[in-house]
Amino acid sequence: MFAAGCDVGSLTSKAVIMKDGKIIESVIIKSKARPWESADEVMGMALSRVGLTMTDIKRCVGTGYGRDKISFIHEAVSEIACHGKGARWLVPSVRTVIDIGGQDCKALRLDDKGNMMKFITNDKCASGTGRFLEVMAKVLNLSLDELGEMSARSKQPITFASACTVWAQADVIQHLNDKVPIEDIAAGVNNAMASRMSTLACNIGLEKDVCMTGGVAKNNGVVNALEKHLGIRIKRIRREDPQLAGAIGAALFAAEKANGGVI
Amino acid sequence: MITAGCDIGSLTAKAVILKDGKMLASEVILALAQPEKSAIEVMKRTVDKAGIKMEDIEYCVGTGYGRKHIPFMNSPESEIACHGRGAVWQVPSARTVVDIGGQDAKAIRVDEKGNVERYVYNDKCASGTGRFLEIIADSLDIKLDDMGAISGRSSEKLTLSNQCVVFAETEIISLVNEGKEIADIISALHQAVANRAASLARGILVEPDAVMTGGVAKNSGMFEALQKALGVKLHRVDNPQINGALGAALFAADKISGSRQ
Repeated sequence: MFAAGCDVGSLTSKAVIMKDGKIIESVIIKSKARPWESADEVMGMALSRVGLTMTDIKRCVGTGYGRDKISFIHEAVSEIACHGKGARWLVPSVRTVIDIGGQDCKALRLDDKGNMMKFITNDKCASGTGRFLEVMAKVLNLSLDELGEMSARSKQPITFASACTVWAQADVIQHLNDKVPIEDIAAGVNNAMASRMSTLACNIGLEKDVCMTGGVAKNNGVVNALEKHLGIRIKRIRREDPQLAGAIGAALFAAEKANGGVI
Repeated sequence: MITAGCDIGSLTAKAVILKDGKMLASEVILALAQPEKSAIEVMKRTVDKAGIKMEDIEYCVGTGYGRKHIPFMNSPESEIACHGRGAVWQVPSARTVVDIGGQDAKAIRVDEKGNVERYVYNDKCASGTGRFLEIIADSLDIKLDDMGAISGRSSEKLTLSNQCVVFAETEIISLVNEGKEIADIISALHQAVANRAASLARGILVEPDAVMTGGVAKNSGMFEALQKALGVKLHRVDNPQINGALGAALFAADKISGSRQ
């Protein structure tokens, strides 16, 4: 039995195809101007790679900010629910999930059965979201990966007076003009991200194990900084790409429903 | 009695010279790299304009974020106190002052003498400050000074859904790509900045009359938008940007008359 999940985010769109509880294909693409175009393309790519068509998929769940615009899904499920579900599948012992998306961040707490206990989201302010990192990387003329790696070499990370992306950007330019080593700026950027994320996470009460999902989870500089900030080990996701967590959760919901409650 | 006030802000430096309760001269310059230099330059120009000499100034009060670096001042005073004082001198009925500067916004409640009763301040988030306007002016390639006039030509009401400057910039670029009129976009931008400043002001309970000060008050579109957002009579002042420096000069006059009593 095939089930699929499609997560249309602001920056990237993800598709996952599962067969009998196992992921057989996954694709991540940059989002297009219109959410339905992103969904059609990413799911089309995933299906063709495994030689399937949409009619082979017994059930498909959509999620992400563009979920209501996806034409081929049977049901739309909230991002929060899908991220919780996906994270638990990736790390069964997880109780706290911190998800950093391109334009938002969320923290959610699960009980030992995976039920959602509490969650909090920020999509009002760019600070603490992937967008913050993107803006900083652009000013520093680094790729996101470089920005993450560079901070390891810093001896004296800079600090920012305010969390606001606009003010932090001005601070970074000032530091560049003052010839502050770029690794110290990069480390300051990662620390600022971590501090904002930990504020959010502490708001819902941190419980072990903690894991990070979303694209930023692949950025070691940020994950290390967050670990330091929280004083807690963050479980690394190795089973699949952490950016797929939402789409995996969606596919799991689809599989469950198609199978009458069990995967 | 000649006194002076000098306000060193993040983007501009302002000075006012008072003689016996009347304004002799005022100046606004773009801030230089160092606050000391800005202070010396703006005061030199104001002194020249007033046709006096630096030695004629009996007392000078400094204010603004760079106030500690003003070499010639006699004492510093907080921006909040200076803005409250200056606003009531300019508009005696003012009880609420909304000051929107290049990098901050403040709302101040004052009594009839200009004493500060309550205030609230935002310098943590660029939304609701002049920086929001500046960034959008930059990305639309229009002059900051033209924004008021441009928004006056708006005919369709648009609303920005994002409050964050970073997200709003992207939203505005999409609106341009959708073929929306620049005038309508700027008008929506003014409303967004005004809403943010008004919600800050509501934190101290807005009492009429209100007065708008700070460089952003020179933008007529922003003035209209703020009046609408506050829902009370909003007053203009002739030169909203020098309000803080004016308050400082008034405090300087107090110091002289206090010491003479």
